[in-house]
Amino acid sequence: MNTRAKAPSETTVVVGMSGGVDSSVTAHLLKEQGYNVIGIFMKNWDDTDEDGFCTATEDYEDVIAVANQIGIPYYAVNFEKEYWDKVFTYFLNEYKLGRTPNPDVMCNKEIKFKAFLDHAMRLGADFVATGHYARAVYEDGEHKLLRGVDTNKDQTYFLNQLSQDQIAKAMFPIGHMEKSEVRKIAEEANLATAKKKDSTGICFIGERNFKQFLSQYLPAQPGEMRTLDGKVMGRHDGLMYYTMGQRHGLGIGGDGEPWFVVGKNLADNVLFVEQGFHNELLYSEGLYASDISWTAPLKVGDTFRCTAKFRYRQEDSGVTVRLLENGRLDVAFDERQRAITPGQAVVFYDGDVCLGGATIDEAYKAGERLTYLA
Amino acid sequence: MYFDHAATTPMHPDVLQAMTPYMLEQFGNPSSVHAFGRSGRAAIDASRRTIASELEAKPNEIIFTAGGTESDNYAILGAAMKYQTQGRHVITTRFEHHAVLHAFEELEKRGFDVTYLEVPETGVVTVEALAAALRPDTILVSVMTGNNEVGTLQPIAEMGRLLRKRKILFHTDAVQVFGKMKLDVEACNIDLLSASSHKINGPKGVGMLYVRTGVQLAAQSYGGEQERKRRAGTENVAGIVGFAKAVELNVVERDTRKKQTEDLRRLLLERLDAASISYELNGVQGLPHIVNLYFPRVEIEPFLIMLDMRGIAVSSGSACTAGSIEPSHVLSAMYGENDRTRQSVRISFGRGNDVGQVELLAQGLIDVVKSFQNK
Repeated sequence: MNTRAKAPSETTVVVGMSGGVDSSVTAHLLKEQGYNVIGIFMKNWDDTDEDGFCTATEDYEDVIAVANQIGIPYYAVNFEKEYWDKVFTYFLNEYKLGRTPNPDVMCNKEIKFKAFLDHAMRLGADFVATGHYARAVYEDGEHKLLRGVDTNKDQTYFLNQLSQDQIAKAMFPIGHMEKSEVRKIAEEANLATAKKKDSTGICFIGERNFKQFLSQYLPAQPGEMRTLDGKVMGRHDGLMYYTMGQRHGLGIGGDGEPWFVVGKNLADNVLFVEQGFHNELLYSEGLYASDISWTAPLKVGDTFRCTAKFRYRQEDSGVTVRLLENGRLDVAFDERQRAITPGQAVVFYDGDVCLGGATIDEAYKAGERLTYLA
Repeated sequence: MYFDHAATTPMHPDVLQAMTPYMLEQFGNPSSVHAFGRSGRAAIDASRRTIASELEAKPNEIIFTAGGTESDNYAILGAAMKYQTQGRHVITTRFEHHAVLHAFEELEKRGFDVTYLEVPETGVVTVEALAAALRPDTILVSVMTGNNEVGTLQPIAEMGRLLRKRKILFHTDAVQVFGKMKLDVEACNIDLLSASSHKINGPKGVGMLYVRTGVQLAAQSYGGEQERKRRAGTENVAGIVGFAKAVELNVVERDTRKKQTEDLRRLLLERLDAASISYELNGVQGLPHIVNLYFPRVEIEPFLIMLDMRGIAVSSGSACTAGSIEPSHVLSAMYGENDRTRQSVRISFGRGNDVGQVELLAQGLIDVVKSFQNK
């Protein structure tokens, strides 16, 4: 942040306002600090129903209310095409491949910190700001992404694909706060969104039924559920509806321990299931990952130690990382990990610094690739 | 700098002055049987005479409403519902204001057969096209006097003549024209005409509907017996007085202002021609205060924001409920679904605009357009 040589009053910051409390407080704090603040609402998805109701309308109404309270200009910009091309197409493709995509990671990489960032720069902005729980700092000649101070809310997992250039133009004004503090500021400033519920789920699906939503875009192909020994345990509704380690929705009754998803065979359209939360088949010793984003240059063959998360809100675990000649990462775990999921992100940390991340392709154990996806 | 006078206009100070007494001292309800009431009633009647005279209509043919949208809705729904036993075919054009289009969509839901006349690239619907669409069961035609986005004028006098001969009711949405140009409902054979106050430096929230003697409308709201039982609700006295004052001022100033507006328009286009940017006019020349320009390769959302950041207010299409700009239905009607509908802006002149402002407008447009076209 020490590259911010200009005084706040001469610095234009475009805030991505979603109509939620976090981005409302983000805009409010920047305005209080004297920045020239512009609020922009990103319209990424058209979910207008037959009655003409769309949640984007309600959210934009909240953006208008807050922007007028703070005293900043506001606009709405349509990124539906970019979102469809870059995020939703990826999302569907991953499901077609039997993987479990992370659209939030892609949305940050391609929309919020690309299409939106470019838009803001074109308007003459110096920075973009969002209500993410993360911190962007400039130290030792590097732009670093640090975990949010509220460890429960830290969102660096979703920001792992950001490059140095992207981090350099980002401000996260609530990253050094606890969520409770953010709510308190919103209440003290009497912001219209102070008591608004946090949004849950994937933005374009919202509160709707996930299965039903997905079936509108991808044909579901029901098939057999089997154990690895080939015993048929029932039918599945379509492989895309299941993720590694999943327990619910399998519908297998009977005695003994509950059943879990342990793998998929796309070619034969078979879902593999086995019993027990701690079933051996769910555990792996390492993973291979691609789509690497790293804040510092990596050299092939180098190995180094750091910590990693394999899903959002997980505790960090020790790993040894090596860049392979095929451009992928080999991530060896200090301790075995349960239900490593292809399509999800593996994100690396050195203390509070988020070093970057990659997309999980497959897991291995005892040197053998696991049949998670065959 | 405000160049969005087709959206709304600042109030003329004389209008405000004329209105003030009717909010402070002469606040009576015009229906009341006392001196306060009578003074309100007298003010409305005087206003009604002013407006009737501008249209060459009789005072009792003027109904005051809350604005252009209410007038359009009342005329279209009221006439169609009243005369539906004589036929259920109605006609309008594809580039009407939404207050008209959505009223016709409502008629479709109620089982009417609606013909939407196609609009050529000129932005002028021809009498021949209208004649070709008429049927024995046609009961109502609505064609706007001047388009609000491209400013093109429609041949309403010829259309009126044709429709009178065929005994079909003719409504025109004159919101962008009333007050700025003399309109004669007798000469043009108009049966129903909508107008609004805030487009001509009058107050918001007031408009009027001209209804030819003998034409009946099915009620669209229910209540008191105001406006000869044709529009229930206590009259907006101050608003009506302001509306009439605005009409008076427009009548007095309109020749001079028309010339000034034409000069500003010419100046803007000269400046754009001299700059190395590419642009085209949308539609043929019509109302002088509206200029609609197509700038190839310009992305409309950042374009409007960049102009706003420079203090220049213009407009494009219409914003959806979630704020983002939707392609203009007017330009889509004229040019089909293509980039042009998303790369055009409307500039509309009015009271307060001068040569200095237009020079800054031209410079702002040129700079911003270049940032897109020279990428």
